[in-house]
Amino acid sequence: MNAEPRILRTQAEDTLALEFAAARTRLPGSPSVAAAREVAFADFQKAGLPHRRTEPWRYTDLRALLRTVPPLVSERAELPAIVDPLAGLDRARLVVVDGAYRPELSDLSGIDGVTVRPLAELLREGDERIGREIATLDDAVVSLNAALMTGGVAIDVPAGAKIARAIEIAHVTTGLLQTHTRNLVTIGADASARILETHVGPADSAYQANIVTEATVGDRAKVIWAKLQLEGAAAVHLGTFSVSIGEETEFDHLTLMTGASISRSQTFLAFAGENARAGLFGATMVRGKQHADIALTVDHAVPNCASRELFKAVMDERSEGVFQGRINVRPAAQKTDGRMMTQGLLLSEDASFFVKPELEIFADDVQCAHGATSGEIDEDILFYLLSRGISRPEAETLLVTAFLAEAIEGLGDEAIGDAFEAIARDWLANRGQEAK
Amino acid sequence: MVAVQETVDQVRQIDVDQYKYGFVTDIETELAPKGLSEDIVRFISAKKNEPEWMLEWRLDAYRRWLTMTEPTWSRVHYPKIDFEDLHYYAAPKSTAGPKSLDEVDPELLATYEKLGIPLREREILAGVEGAGSRVAVDAVFDSVSVVTTFKDELKKAGVIFCSISEAIREYPEIVKKYLGSVVPVTDNFYATLNSAVFSDGSFVYVPEGVRCPMELSTYFRINERNTGQFERTLIIAEKGAYVSYLEGCTAPMRDENQLHAAVVELIALDDAEIKYSTVQNWYPGDKEGKGGIYNFVTKRGDCRGDRSKISWTQVETGSAITWKYPSCILRGDDSQGEFYSIAVSNGYQQVDSGTKMLHLGKNTKSRIISKGIAAGRSDNTYRGLVSAHRKASGARNFTNCDSLLIGDQCGAHTVPYIESKNASAVFEHEATTSKIADDQLFYCLQRGLSSEEAVALIVNGFVKDVIQQLPMEFAVEAQKLISISLEGSVG
Amino acid sequence: MLEIKNLHASIDGKEILRGVDLVVPTGEVHAIMGPNGSGKSTLSYVLAGRDGYDVTDGEIIFDGENIVETAPEERASAGVFLAFQYPLEIPGVATMTFLKAALNAQRKARGEDELTTPDFMRRVKAASEKLNVTQEMLRRPLNVGFSGGEKKRNEILQMALLEPKLAILDETDSGLDIDALRVVSEGVNALRSPDRSMLVITHYQRLLDHIVPDKVHVMSAGRIVRTGGPELALELEAKGYADYAGEPA
Repeated sequence: MNAEPRILRTQAEDTLALEFAAARTRLPGSPSVAAAREVAFADFQKAGLPHRRTEPWRYTDLRALLRTVPPLVSERAELPAIVDPLAGLDRARLVVVDGAYRPELSDLSGIDGVTVRPLAELLREGDERIGREIATLDDAVVSLNAALMTGGVAIDVPAGAKIARAIEIAHVTTGLLQTHTRNLVTIGADASARILETHVGPADSAYQANIVTEATVGDRAKVIWAKLQLEGAAAVHLGTFSVSIGEETEFDHLTLMTGASISRSQTFLAFAGENARAGLFGATMVRGKQHADIALTVDHAVPNCASRELFKAVMDERSEGVFQGRINVRPAAQKTDGRMMTQGLLLSEDASFFVKPELEIFADDVQCAHGATSGEIDEDILFYLLSRGISRPEAETLLVTAFLAEAIEGLGDEAIGDAFEAIARDWLANRGQEAK
Repeated sequence: MVAVQETVDQVRQIDVDQYKYGFVTDIETELAPKGLSEDIVRFISAKKNEPEWMLEWRLDAYRRWLTMTEPTWSRVHYPKIDFEDLHYYAAPKSTAGPKSLDEVDPELLATYEKLGIPLREREILAGVEGAGSRVAVDAVFDSVSVVTTFKDELKKAGVIFCSISEAIREYPEIVKKYLGSVVPVTDNFYATLNSAVFSDGSFVYVPEGVRCPMELSTYFRINERNTGQFERTLIIAEKGAYVSYLEGCTAPMRDENQLHAAVVELIALDDAEIKYSTVQNWYPGDKEGKGGIYNFVTKRGDCRGDRSKISWTQVETGSAITWKYPSCILRGDDSQGEFYSIAVSNGYQQVDSGTKMLHLGKNTKSRIISKGIAAGRSDNTYRGLVSAHRKASGARNFTNCDSLLIGDQCGAHTVPYIESKNASAVFEHEATTSKIADDQLFYCLQRGLSSEEAVALIVNGFVKDVIQQLPMEFAVEAQKLISISLEGSVG
Repeated sequence: MLEIKNLHASIDGKEILRGVDLVVPTGEVHAIMGPNGSGKSTLSYVLAGRDGYDVTDGEIIFDGENIVETAPEERASAGVFLAFQYPLEIPGVATMTFLKAALNAQRKARGEDELTTPDFMRRVKAASEKLNVTQEMLRRPLNVGFSGGEKKRNEILQMALLEPKLAILDETDSGLDIDALRVVSEGVNALRSPDRSMLVITHYQRLLDHIVPDKVHVMSAGRIVRTGGPELALELEAKGYADYAGEPA
């Protein structure tokens, strides 16, 4: 509440400065990209790692949580054998290992018409689309990514293309590293596409993955986008997704998180054209001492758009779940219809749930609402199931699955929904067994 | 029904000048020199004949305040306040402290008469028609309490109701025990400033098992220019006690901004209940946003005892800036906190208000009903925190925040923080933002109501849940105020 | 009482009324029937002066004056009453409060004294009993949680209290079962008077079994295309609107 006390740079911040100094000349990019990296790192240094007084990060104090940072990637790793969490789901697969797109590991079949390129190439060309969607985000973690990004994948779905096969961007981290991945996805007008984003890594490594994905969705496009965060149990996941959608688009997005020791998944969605509809859904499942933070900003900048947000979080053992969501309605955005709901289910006495659902409204002819609930499994319903002979664990699994399913099914894609629900059920089946 | 009709009448009668409390009382005033220093703190303490311990307490606060800076997290914008350009003490010369009504300067009595505040104790007791209802009043004019009514009658019941200045002299042990125990000296910038220079305010002590026989109220009036008012109020309800307290606030219309930085502390012990209502109608500034009171207030209640209850009701229509979060610390098991709020902003007013419900004890319950109405070019923010600590098993909260926008130049914002560290705590929060629907308005017009009347009617419906929480006689007043505040917002 | 001359009106630039001509003499009850989308409800809103309906041509002469430019509340005070097809809900405002506010607003606008509370209560009591409107309903917020029948009875109660010169009943029968329809119709019939005109807008003939009109007009594509006696309604019941569908030439 008082003056910001002068905080000395943390060890992690010092390490990052040294890493940047050492890496700046070898990071990919045109002179303009190199200059932008310098600006971004200066921005990062000015702000430092987000801490509890950085309002959008108030429940995820990275300054306190990130004591050290592992080294930047220096050599190309072999792809370790990692179980495919979506085995059985038909999709093309673009593999990004330690922040670099690896065509030789990827499968581009069934997505004819879609252009896929390594982002590093675009960096070298100085492609101006890079950084455009995040230009107005004032976020130190995004700045850090902009300074240190090594690559990722650039996907172009041309106007009018109807791509039936889902496209997965599979992010794999191979060891104790910090990775800075940047993806750029452009979906043309009248196109339709289904994008999957997965994040995995070794279970025992405290790696730190910082992924920024920028997406632009053209007018009248239809997009389904699902993110699966299954990072290794000791990892730090910092994911940013920034998207703007054109007029009359239909955009649905789901984030499912069960992995990482510390995770933050932030989504920024801006309506760029009228009469568009966006659905944003989330399902978080954490246990042990996991900390999972979902942040969401929906910017209604133009009139006549509708957004629906439904986020569910299940916290077991000593874990912490966070949801910070904000609906902005700018003065011009008359006839906005925005509804945001977040619900937390605490399965253990020691779990915590922190929520901050905000409405910021500057137009009068709007219908906006938000709701939030926090609580445990309803004892009456549980008892009803028990009285019918269902065991307690089974009854709890049933109820928790139903709780999460509402958000997962919100995406409106049956195949992806089924695959994600299976992951949720697996998580529940392992309840009590992975306690840390 | 009557209230609505009166509201409608009220709206009709208003001409361009909406703020009817904007007059200045011409009275000789003793002012402290402008600026703040240890000497000023000593001056204030000496003026009030305070004991040494109180002076030390103030000086300690002042020294801490020097190390602090103004908070910036709320959604209010204003030019930097020059704390050296204010008078920290202003008192009508004729008044050295609370006296009997006979001795009060007639000019002051006339002021309160004009404000519609019942100080005519004898006539009320004698049942003179139109003398007002039976409410005990502490009247605070700039930095001093000028009179407190019904003291003797209250004393018979064992209730102490006097100015805080008097309490410091007369009941030092109680004051020492509780002052700063809910809002610590260094709680925040304005609370610390208040602790150093607080001028006057009310003190209420309700002994064990006593139900206070009448409503208590304080009317705050800022009269002098370039003064800050630093109200300090302390209310203690002992085990099983009950008290209902209401404060009202007005100030003259002046071009410059004036500062009001209050601290209110409530303590409820086992089974005690405190109901605290505010009708805040400080001068809001003119149509161009010039002038008006900066209202930076720290209000907090401590449900210290088991099964205790603290209920805040506020109707905020005035002030250029309102920054206040009346809160409840639900420490005792089974204790309850309530916050009912109507915040109306028009013109260039800025409101950032809400509450904190801190659930510490078991089976604690809280309820928040907030109705924000933004019109003109104002900004209206609800900011609230509901938290359950690890041991707060069985905690319950229900929050409902509705915002109504009138016109497209204003903003309404909802910023709730919900923090649960206990699985058995059940929190429910819902918020909506909308405008008065065109078809609702047309329906009323078709029945013959004017736009102003229709808006007043719909708004009165919108705020009804909160109005019902106010003591009867103030509910009518509050409805009038809301309509007046919204004058000129449609059409 | 009411004379509509060549009335043209549009919403968002789309012309809905395309030259309505209609005369309702004092004391008569006229029905307007017509297929869905013929402009019946638009006509009722335009008569009441709702925002968003642009009168592009023509006149509405009410009581000798053209009221096209008059504000809705002034029309109401002058004696125009619209019973809404979908009465609005106003949370937090007790029905009784609303009734008194409306009644007194109109009285004041006409330069009459406001009613005292006992006087007002007497009137409400008398009118509400006839319409089966209970005290409990009057205490509830306006139309909030009311059934379809309760809402319509509440509209007729308002009409009884406000004593308009011209009552426009927009699809008053919609959403009513036969018993509710009887209660509402009896309420309306009780208000028929030599000083009061009524315009009953309905899609179905069944309402006109209960409220027998002096004249029946058929509206189609934004115009009155036929006028006749009560027998016209029966004819329409038998033959349907098939003859009147489609755009006018």
